[in-house]
Amino acid sequence: MTLREVKKILNCTVVVGDEALDMEVDMACGADLMSDVLTFTKSGALLLTGLTNAQSVRAAEVADIKAVIYVRGKMPDNEAISIAKESKIPLLSTKLYMFESCGKLYKHGLIGISEYREVKNEYTAR
Amino acid sequence: MNTPQDSVYSQQFEIVGGDFTRGGQVATKIKRILKEIGIDSSIIRRVVIAVYEAEMNVVMYAQKGILNLMVMPSEIDVVIVDEGQGIADIKLAMEEGYSTASVEMREMGFGAGMGLPNIKKNVDYFYIQSEVDVGSRLYISIII
Repeated sequence: MTLREVKKILNCTVVVGDEALDMEVDMACGADLMSDVLTFTKSGALLLTGLTNAQSVRAAEVADIKAVIYVRGKMPDNEAISIAKESKIPLLSTKLYMFESCGKLYKHGLIGISEYREVKNEYTAR
Repeated sequence: MNTPQDSVYSQQFEIVGGDFTRGGQVATKIKRILKEIGIDSSIIRRVVIAVYEAEMNVVMYAQKGILNLMVMPSEIDVVIVDEGQGIADIKLAMEEGYSTASVEMREMGFGAGMGLPNIKKNVDYFYIQSEVDVGSRLYISIII
């Protein structure tokens, strides 16, 4: 799924990274605890979060998160925006709540991080 | 013991305690340095996650800290020395879920009690020593 499709499904506003919407995302995770982002995510995931400060983007950069979606209509603060511009991580915002955002993306075929390897193996086996 | 003379690259960074906005800057700088050197991305991710957790520990619990990065031909060594409150019970601090974080730290998305266990999980060598009201020393290595 491309980030442009994610934007359409969740009716997102693009805060940073208009030029990066053709980027492919293969999996996603939802977390408000940055410690969990560092512990449980995989490289290349899309992050959905309600945390809007600088650390939401720093943790994303550290964990190789491809793009960040802020849920519940939240907007990243100025520091987060400036870090995202520097590290070229697209930031989007949706008015939908966390559960609905994750549910809609999942329904459209975007898988969770724990499923990622399994699906890849299945493709290899075919 | 490795010395900076043996290293491919070495650099020292300062970490400012209590600065939640700049916290994480050292980790992202190191990520860029390791990328430039051409280290494998899966190794970089492990180093940088460990460094970020350690850096945020300094930001949250110390007045200041010094981080030394040494990239050796076959491993990456990081030593973080801070001046701060220290850790009273390291064994307890290593338990997942144990945290002494304040409300402010939790609002920043930290303080889930995953920091030290997550550092240990990502590295090949882990050693920590600490003295209450003096500070902590953390030694980590990752084999390339």
